[in-house]
Amino acid sequence: MIEQAPALILLFPFFASIIVALAGIRVPGVSFPLTVISMFASVLSSVAVLVRVMNDGVIRYKLGGWEPPMGIEFRIDALGALVATAVSAVGLLAAIYSKRQVPAETGDRVSQYYTLYLLLMTGLLGMVITGDAFNLFVLIEVSALTSYALIAMGPRRASLAAYKYVIMGTIGASFYLLGVGYLYIKTGSLNMVDIHEQLIARGIFDSTAILVAFILITVGVWIKMAFFPLHAWLPNSYAYAPTTSSAVLGPLVTKVMIYVMIRLTFTVFGADYTFGQLEWSEVVVWMSVAAILVGSISALAQTDLRKMLAYLIIAEVGYMVGGVWLADDIGLIGSIYHIIADAFMTLCVFLFAGIIFAKTGKRDLNALDGLFTKMPLTMVGFLVGAFSLIGIPPTAGFFSKWYLIQGGIASGNWEYVIALLVSSLINAVLFFRIIEIAYFGAKPAEGHGDHHHAESHDSKISEAPLSMLFPLLATAALLLAIGLYNKDIVAIIAEFVSLSNLGAILP
Amino acid sequence: MEFFEVISAKFNYWIYVIIMMIGLYAMIAKNNMVKKLIGMSIFQTAIILFYVSIGVKDGATIPILYHDQVHAGHHHDDHGETAHHESTDDHHASTSGDHETDKYGYPTRHAPDVVIDGNDFANPLVHVLMLTAIVVGVATLGVGLAITQKLHREFGTIEENEIHDLIKSGK
Amino acid sequence: MKSLALISVVITGWLLLSAVGDFPDWGDPDSPANSYRLSQHFVTETFHETAVPNMVTAVLADYRGYDTMFETVVIFTAGIAIISILRVFRTEDPGAGGPKVYEKRPDLIVDTTCRLMIPIIQLFALYVIAHGHHSPGGGFQGGVIFGASFILIALSRDMQAAHKWVPERRVLNLAGIGILIYAGFGLASMFLGYNFLDYAILHKIIPATPIEARYHSMLGVEIGVAFTVTAIMYSIYSNLASKGTMKEGL
Repeated sequence: MIEQAPALILLFPFFASIIVALAGIRVPGVSFPLTVISMFASVLSSVAVLVRVMNDGVIRYKLGGWEPPMGIEFRIDALGALVATAVSAVGLLAAIYSKRQVPAETGDRVSQYYTLYLLLMTGLLGMVITGDAFNLFVLIEVSALTSYALIAMGPRRASLAAYKYVIMGTIGASFYLLGVGYLYIKTGSLNMVDIHEQLIARGIFDSTAILVAFILITVGVWIKMAFFPLHAWLPNSYAYAPTTSSAVLGPLVTKVMIYVMIRLTFTVFGADYTFGQLEWSEVVVWMSVAAILVGSISALAQTDLRKMLAYLIIAEVGYMVGGVWLADDIGLIGSIYHIIADAFMTLCVFLFAGIIFAKTGKRDLNALDGLFTKMPLTMVGFLVGAFSLIGIPPTAGFFSKWYLIQGGIASGNWEYVIALLVSSLINAVLFFRIIEIAYFGAKPAEGHGDHHHAESHDSKISEAPLSMLFPLLATAALLLAIGLYNKDIVAIIAEFVSLSNLGAILP
Repeated sequence: MEFFEVISAKFNYWIYVIIMMIGLYAMIAKNNMVKKLIGMSIFQTAIILFYVSIGVKDGATIPILYHDQVHAGHHHDDHGETAHHESTDDHHASTSGDHETDKYGYPTRHAPDVVIDGNDFANPLVHVLMLTAIVVGVATLGVGLAITQKLHREFGTIEENEIHDLIKSGK
Repeated sequence: MKSLALISVVITGWLLLSAVGDFPDWGDPDSPANSYRLSQHFVTETFHETAVPNMVTAVLADYRGYDTMFETVVIFTAGIAIISILRVFRTEDPGAGGPKVYEKRPDLIVDTTCRLMIPIIQLFALYVIAHGHHSPGGGFQGGVIFGASFILIALSRDMQAAHKWVPERRVLNLAGIGILIYAGFGLASMFLGYNFLDYAILHKIIPATPIEARYHSMLGVEIGVAFTVTAIMYSIYSNLASKGTMKEGL
């Protein structure tokens, strides 16, 4: 059975989604346990694959038994296995959180919600492990269609955000599809590794078509990951979606797209082409600097908790894109490490935002008034996530930033280092503001009577139920664990980076 | 005149770009949400046109074997098997190459006598890919229309600026 | 907005056209896409390896069967997504605002014509599905035609008449079962010890050689695709046409 583990990573959520769709209409109660069990099985399969990859090297799993490039293959290296593990773990934790919130926020559509949720996980996990450029497009669309629906199930402003996401997402996916077409017309192949071999064998790296393909694919993926200035669809989508949706979309969709960018950059085009032949690193790093600053400063201006976090995602995307385009192995390690760390820290703060919304029914920061005494455990979980986003040791966020800054210094991109530090400072301001409100209480905003009324309402608030508290605290514990075991994770990432041929092309 | 020849040899790419840009313009410039979705549909259809035009070969037909070839395959298959049984030893060597079997005795190739010329048939791969792209296009369009209907139910309009005004005025 | 649109159209158009000079001519049989071993293999070897004369069907359902499974999933996702976005499950009517449900007398000519045509359409749909190995067709095409026949019922009479044939729950069951059929073939090959979707191993449970097992399994998965497409096409239509109320169509 261990040979089948690569396929099982996504087959568990896939089959569960169909069973939830069929059985959930009659018995809505089966949806939640099936979701959690299948995600747990998916986590186990990913871990099994990760262990196997570390022992035996790259796994190739031929679907339908056809030899690539004729058939489609899964191609899982250390990076893919690591990201798949993180994605399935985030999916499991967010699923546990959803137990009370999905019936509360989607009413009588519980089975449809979980069907879409599991299909989203199928799509994301498939994107991580596939080795075929066109199959990647199909899976991008599976995850995109589910995210549109998961967002549009929210209240009315969510529908408008979802509509904009449909338009932008389709442009992004179509650009990607067109880019694959340009590659296909020049190489005749669709398998990622085979495309790269054909590019070398035919010696067409100088061709304009390949350049245009590169631009189309990169811009398409940038739209999907909300890289500045293509980020306009993201903040409202994640801010107004149901809380479970933002707790799973926020950490995963952008991170998986960054993984896709790394995969396409290094496996299809190759580091020699991207960083050696095209001399665009400087420009893209400057764009990421702009993304970091715009994201952080916009976050500072928000009073809506989830919207603030959504803008932070945009800044984090800037970190990772910049880290890849530093064209430095330490920067790349930092970038990949940050994918893992950021998936969990975004999950942590979005889970916190969801708990606050569930408990108080309010969206803005003043809802946090005096919560330290009422929900101490929730606040502890949040503090770990916040410290990680700021970058305080020993949380995961500190180590990823440490590597990113080292990469920035090594490649001489000081503007990137400064942007990182400024953004950390802004994060500190943001989160200490929240901590202040939660610890010392908010300033009375509108008149004395209102405040009094609010207080009597707030007195009902108590600690979050276990189904919400457990994923939050587990995420916090994972953040500490990822930070403390940073050497082991970096060892896994270094396995991929050493193959990426990045050191050889540096000037 | 030479310019015209350059374009006419590659006119499929020019046409797809023009159609695609019409769609892209509608997606960004139009204010009506259904018109935007129509633009999106045009945009995606242009990509389908591009892919399918890659697979065209001069003098080739649709990628389905001729009836004669399929029929000949079955005919030769039967004939081949009887010949195989009756063959003498020196004939055996020549036919066994055509009728390979795996270790369980199953044939590894169906109708090995049928000869198919690669240039007789158009490239089937792009047709397969575009079947997928069509399905994706239909699905996206359906979801987009559903969201538009929901917006119409909640705001009473499908003009984007009017919805923005309604949200700003706090309704 | 208009100037932004013009700028992006000009930039994108210029970018796309700048690569045209690099492309092979239209219909060039020696272009990389047409001459590379991938497409050559699909043209010359498909019949020998799968016994299916229609190369598109063989590539769709076997070589790239994993893609096609997710293509079916895309359709399924769209159906579920539209239900979850649009469907109004509450039965009570707000009274004012909504269109009144009125008795519609079916028109004699329309009704008779559709009554004659619908069986023929459905028969043709089955032919397209079943004959997809030898002629243009297959699960998607046949499924769409089959779904269209139900849409025609809803159009020619009213949505309630179509609901008698395909109630909502049956639609969703059909869609789910279609995907289960497809994925079931994959799972069966996995249990028999081969990789996911490797139909050749199915010769152990159906009386055929490995190559024939591929041939027959492809028919099986096409039927699964047709189930899902039929159901979801009708579901999309009925949800969009009735604004999610499932009461009164167009």
